Amino acid sequence: MEKKIMLGNEAIARGAYEAGVKVSSAYPGTPSTEISEFVALYDEVYAEWAPNEKVALEVAIGASLGGARSMACMKHVGLNVASDPLYTLSYTGVGGGLVVVVADDPGIASSQNEQDTRMVARSAHVPVLEPSDSQEAKDFMKFAYEVSEKYDTPVILRTTTKLSHSQSVVTTDGRTEVEDKAYERNISKYVMMPVNAIGRHKVVEKRDNLLAEEGCAFPVNRVEWGDKKVGFITAGVAYQYVKEVMPEASVLKLGIVNPLPKKLIEDFIKEVDEVWVVEELEPVIEEQICSWGYAVKGKEMFTRQGEYSANLLKRVLFKKDDQVFEKESAPARPPILCPGCPHRSVFSVLSKLKMHAAGDIGCYTLGAVAPLGVMDTCICMGASISTLHGIEKAKGREYLKNWVAVIGDSTFLHTGINSLINMVYNKATGTVIILDNRTTGMTGHQEHAGTGKTLKQDTTYAVDFTSLCKSVGVKRVFEINAFDVKELEKTIKESAEVDELTVIIAKAPCALLKGQKFPDKMVVSDKCVRCGACLKPGCPAITKGGDGKIRIDGTMCNGCGLCANYCKVGAIVKVGK
Amino acid sequence: MMDIMVVGVGGQGTLLTSRIIGKTALNAGYDVKLSEVHGMAQRGGSVVTYVRFGDKVYEPTVEEGKADVLIAFEKLEAKRYAHYLKKDGIIIVNESEIAPMSVVIGQAQYPENIVEELRKTHTVYSIDGDGIAKSLGNSKVVNSVVLGLGAKHIGFSEQEWLEVLKQTVPPKTVEVNELAFKNGYERG
Repeated sequence: MEKKIMLGNEAIARGAYEAGVKVSSAYPGTPSTEISEFVALYDEVYAEWAPNEKVALEVAIGASLGGARSMACMKHVGLNVASDPLYTLSYTGVGGGLVVVVADDPGIASSQNEQDTRMVARSAHVPVLEPSDSQEAKDFMKFAYEVSEKYDTPVILRTTTKLSHSQSVVTTDGRTEVEDKAYERNISKYVMMPVNAIGRHKVVEKRDNLLAEEGCAFPVNRVEWGDKKVGFITAGVAYQYVKEVMPEASVLKLGIVNPLPKKLIEDFIKEVDEVWVVEELEPVIEEQICSWGYAVKGKEMFTRQGEYSANLLKRVLFKKDDQVFEKESAPARPPILCPGCPHRSVFSVLSKLKMHAAGDIGCYTLGAVAPLGVMDTCICMGASISTLHGIEKAKGREYLKNWVAVIGDSTFLHTGINSLINMVYNKATGTVIILDNRTTGMTGHQEHAGTGKTLKQDTTYAVDFTSLCKSVGVKRVFEINAFDVKELEKTIKESAEVDELTVIIAKAPCALLKGQKFPDKMVVSDKCVRCGACLKPGCPAITKGGDGKIRIDGTMCNGCGLCANYCKVGAIVKVGK
Repeated sequence: MMDIMVVGVGGQGTLLTSRIIGKTALNAGYDVKLSEVHGMAQRGGSVVTYVRFGDKVYEPTVEEGKADVLIAFEKLEAKRYAHYLKKDGIIIVNESEIAPMSVVIGQAQYPENIVEELRKTHTVYSIDGDGIAKSLGNSKVVNSVVLGLGAKHIGFSEQEWLEVLKQTVPPKTVEVNELAFKNGYERG
């Protein structure tokens, strides 16, 4: 037993460890990434990065059928990718306990939408537990395995950005080693062909009803009685805001949010004059309670959008908040590509050639904004390549001449490769640029199948992108240093003129990747005519002062030299640091 | 209850600083919550982290009108988050200036006299963290200088702070970080 401050994601990993989890598979995605990084620190747990969330969940399924406790971790949009196995896993049930940890991102801190995992879970008939702080994250994780095995079901542990990325005090326990369940061949349970699936669907419905009933007694739910004029029904981090604002109110804090513990909720409603449901995102709890014939309030007062806060509740409940000082105007500071980022180099070429880019998910999504402004689309992982293909099929080859697709190395292995196969198969002629920075950058430098290292830092085979692309039938494949702007420009121009599919692998490591040495930096000599051309690629290390003088911050600069390409008078030179 | 915000630009080490504050409060027997920013927002963007400690902490973030102490590693970020302060809250600001992209490309102006303007409505303690760090021979210990100044106003003994600082910073930099912290602490 030890008391320490833990990140929500660390506590989830700790819970998995203490529950005796043996196998964990995941694809990185904010805000879920650190769960895998923490669980990988335990020798007793096999933990891996999978190329995508579907693979991760299927690995967890295999481990579970093998009799061990397993988990798969992902962000909310990752669950979309994994929803194919999830919906049917709900039918088959599990061997050893299986928990899918899904991290939602209300407020869209680092995502492409704000979807609510509870909606998916309802539709897939999978129970959901929702903790509200790090201690609960660990405890609920352990309880999730009990539920999974007792009710023969996968369980979703739902976290949100605020929980995953906040730290609070946790008391740790030791690991309970759980003996593997013996594997038994059971075709009617695990082979979901129609005759078996029809039978299993009945089991799913029965399980749902049983959980709604027995879930009322689950220790993860809690009633805190106080003033009975208004009773709050809430779950997850929203509970903390309710307590912050109304510490004396009666609160039903749900730990299981799917299926809802009906009788527990009804008993609570009967005790209070009025019921307000406080839940971030969709009115999942509210609408179900309303459908039972109770008039509860929720989204008519509280928004479906963004993260909640105590001040948000105060504005609704008391028509005022705590703010004293006016917000001062200050130039915005949105995220930007780092100094020395290889993506900036590629984008600067595309910008010069006035190209449109079908884009994808990663740091390079920032290529959409000023001053680079070359990315036109960003939908989901892998979509760049297929979107480009669709544009060609709709508008024809000529139209595509000033279009490319840009996709990161990790994203390409996630789901981009399928789209590339589709381009070959269906005779596409577009140009795909793989921005190969040797890591999963945006989420904080995770290994992937192309880096040669596993999650646990063991050496392994590194997928060779050139061979991979050639093997699926791409004839024109070029590997170019991402900072060789001349070669990039030439190849992109040529490819636009050729009636053949081209893949350009623009390769250079992420500037933040550990273990690199940057011996040089760029400096501005007195040849500078202050034209500002070097500011075009938008490197944060270069600034133009009020006096018109161009300065390069020597600490930030890593000597990539991109700015020197823009200088028409040769005033920017490389020197040793 | 003590509500603290640590703000800066992605890469300035706000996260580590808030963790040191959190650990010091935990050692002193308080309930503690911290909230951090990961993912896209970290890439050179405006970064804010929160530390709350007291007998019982519910919400993990500090909200507008609640902050007792705002520690800013950069001037513009102090201005951006000053409205989070409560009436008598204080600002600890590092006199560093990092231009956001809109300023770099000439679409906006970096505001002038930020510290002087903030002093009109708030109690402000400013420090040349970068200069002091450089004089100590390691430009990376800015955070410890600024934290040192902040620590004086947050409470706990110098010893309690240093104990956590030593465990948190990279082993090779313990000595210089300690010097940096003390330098800031003495100016408080």
